Amino acid sequence: MTVPLWMYLAVAAALFSIGVFGVLSRRNAVAILMSVELMLNAVNINLVAFWRYSETSTDLLLNGYAFTAFVLIVAAAEAAVGLAIIITVYRNRRSVIPEHAATLKG
Amino acid sequence: MELNAISIGFAVFTIFTLGGGLGVVTTRNLFQGTIWLMLSLFGVAGYFVLLSAPFLAAVQILVYIGAIAILITFAVMLTRSVARIKSRYFRLLPSFVASLALFLILLFGITLPIFGGHLPEAAPEYVASTRDLGAALVDENGYVAPFLLASVLLTGAMIGAIFIAREDKAKGGGA
Amino acid sequence: MTMEDMCSGLCSLLADSGADPGLAQFLSLLVGVLLVSGVPLVTVILLIWIERKVAARIQDRIGPNRVGPIGLLQTFADMLKLLSKEDITPTAADRVLYNAAPLVSFASVVLIWAVIPFTPFHYGVDLEIGALYFVAIASFGTLAIMAAGWASNNKYALLGAFRVVSLLVSYEVPLVFALLAPVMLAGSMSLVDIVNAQTGMWFVVLSPLAFIIFYVSSQAETGRAPFDLIEAESELVAGFNIEYSGMKFGMFFAAEFLHVFTNGILMALLFFGGWMGPLYYESPLIAFAWLGLKGGLIYFTTLWLRNTVPRLRIDQIMAFNWKFLVPLSIVNLILLSLGLKLLQELGWAPRDLLSASVGDMLPATALMLLVNLGLALYLLGLLRKRGAEARRDEQMSRASLDQARGLAADRGGA
Repeated sequence: MTVPLWMYLAVAAALFSIGVFGVLSRRNAVAILMSVELMLNAVNINLVAFWRYSETSTDLLLNGYAFTAFVLIVAAAEAAVGLAIIITVYRNRRSVIPEHAATLKG
Repeated sequence: MELNAISIGFAVFTIFTLGGGLGVVTTRNLFQGTIWLMLSLFGVAGYFVLLSAPFLAAVQILVYIGAIAILITFAVMLTRSVARIKSRYFRLLPSFVASLALFLILLFGITLPIFGGHLPEAAPEYVASTRDLGAALVDENGYVAPFLLASVLLTGAMIGAIFIAREDKAKGGGA
Repeated sequence: MTMEDMCSGLCSLLADSGADPGLAQFLSLLVGVLLVSGVPLVTVILLIWIERKVAARIQDRIGPNRVGPIGLLQTFADMLKLLSKEDITPTAADRVLYNAAPLVSFASVVLIWAVIPFTPFHYGVDLEIGALYFVAIASFGTLAIMAAGWASNNKYALLGAFRVVSLLVSYEVPLVFALLAPVMLAGSMSLVDIVNAQTGMWFVVLSPLAFIIFYVSSQAETGRAPFDLIEAESELVAGFNIEYSGMKFGMFFAAEFLHVFTNGILMALLFFGGWMGPLYYESPLIAFAWLGLKGGLIYFTTLWLRNTVPRLRIDQIMAFNWKFLVPLSIVNLILLSLGLKLLQELGWAPRDLLSASVGDMLPATALMLLVNLGLALYLLGLLRKRGAEARRDEQMSRASLDQARGLAADRGGA
């Protein structure tokens, strides 16, 4: 392992910022969902990197590894439900721009 | 940082990850955006291999490239007629400034040891194997509760997604 | 001599002759990669000839017999023809994706060979996640088809891609569930471990239903009849590859041929004991021959099936998968794990799979076979009932139709 930990963290930070930029600026809901996936993956890089470089006690040895697996599961569920919602909203409103689906806003 | 297989791999995967990420947020065409996203997530899978978590890398590719990519593509196609939105962005400048600031703050926090203690340079030799992960997932002192919860979540999400996206034929469109 | 041994041998040879150690390591690794990827590349040339010959024999023809002895060089002639054809890229196509898709499609198949152990000692790499690896790699092929269909900018290509991708994604579910059976029986995802665990008894005997599910879904994954929507000429013009010409089309073609054979080899490894057979330990060549023989036989059955069954409709394919194959694979997996637990409780499970003899495996085999047989009998009963119901419905609708026709004829007569 010749790559120091901070480099992984820096890449993850950059990826997370790219994701934040996408979520804040894109108009299309699908594009926003893709940016959220980028952010989730940035977090995953962090989790795995910290797990790999930590010298925690043996009973905590797998926390980062297992947690990343759960993040992956949640990401899959999130994508499935999110896209289903986008498709339904599109069907009702002919639009994939989140601001157009603001009926509940007072 | 010396030049060897791991550092070269790191450089290549960094190009994949960040280049793909930039592609996702800048491309006008959402299908190309999906491909960029997959490139980026492939890079992340590469990091997992470098970090000796091959199981996660395989699952990452299987879940994202095998499933989520297809889901997103279908969603892009099904909402196609408005895929050509006039302006790609809104609030372009504020978002750019905000995310750049976030990146700089994070980088600052990573590189400077404010909270004491330096980040480790090298990883420990010993690595838990995939077998250890499997055992921990079903160990009652391990992660069996989150594991069961995750299965319930997946089932719930599957049923929910089918229910939401199903076209109600009786009402003639709309869920 | 393992691949690693050979590398270290080549490494030291190069290093001794004055090369930089890093360079020597890199070069020897490169040679290893070329060797492993060379096997499928050479095999595919032969496979195309075999496939055409077998198809011809089944259809009562002779097949290619002009170029070279018994037509062996036909593939080279075809390759030359494909290479000399005009390489068309549609004007409105997405250039990068359009050109990358065939490459990714072919690479997704060749990369599987990295984890295939040819003999106990000759393999590219023995990953601890080998079984998961090849499922993950195969998903690149799905993405490549989607990209090809979309980048062609042709509505038929897109429609074809949609159909194929929904087929591939759906059949991946039972495929992975069936794949879990050998993984659970061997207690490892490494392909070398899975083969070694079959010393006492092949997994096809322990879990025949898993093998059948795996066989059917991999037939669908490769887009072969009765699931050959990939090239449904009569309905989709040609499918996702309609705009492709020349060698780019050839790449998709070669990828499909190679995928079928790769699946044959994988099934031999996962269910038929890979290189296990009389005298396999005597020489790697004998082990390799056993693997090739088993893989080849399974490959031949897929060709046989391809040339004798008609194509199913897309809705029939989907209904078969989601309403029959997926529930069956889940039930099979649950029964398998219950059976394994029961074996442990009874103490019938052999202590060590690697050194277990056929006799050690007999109680376990008997129990597993019983479980599988029970499930199979139940299924057959279910199918029989369903078939009878469908036939009755058909008869009733036909009877009412006849009645209506009769009435109309009466009225016409009057």
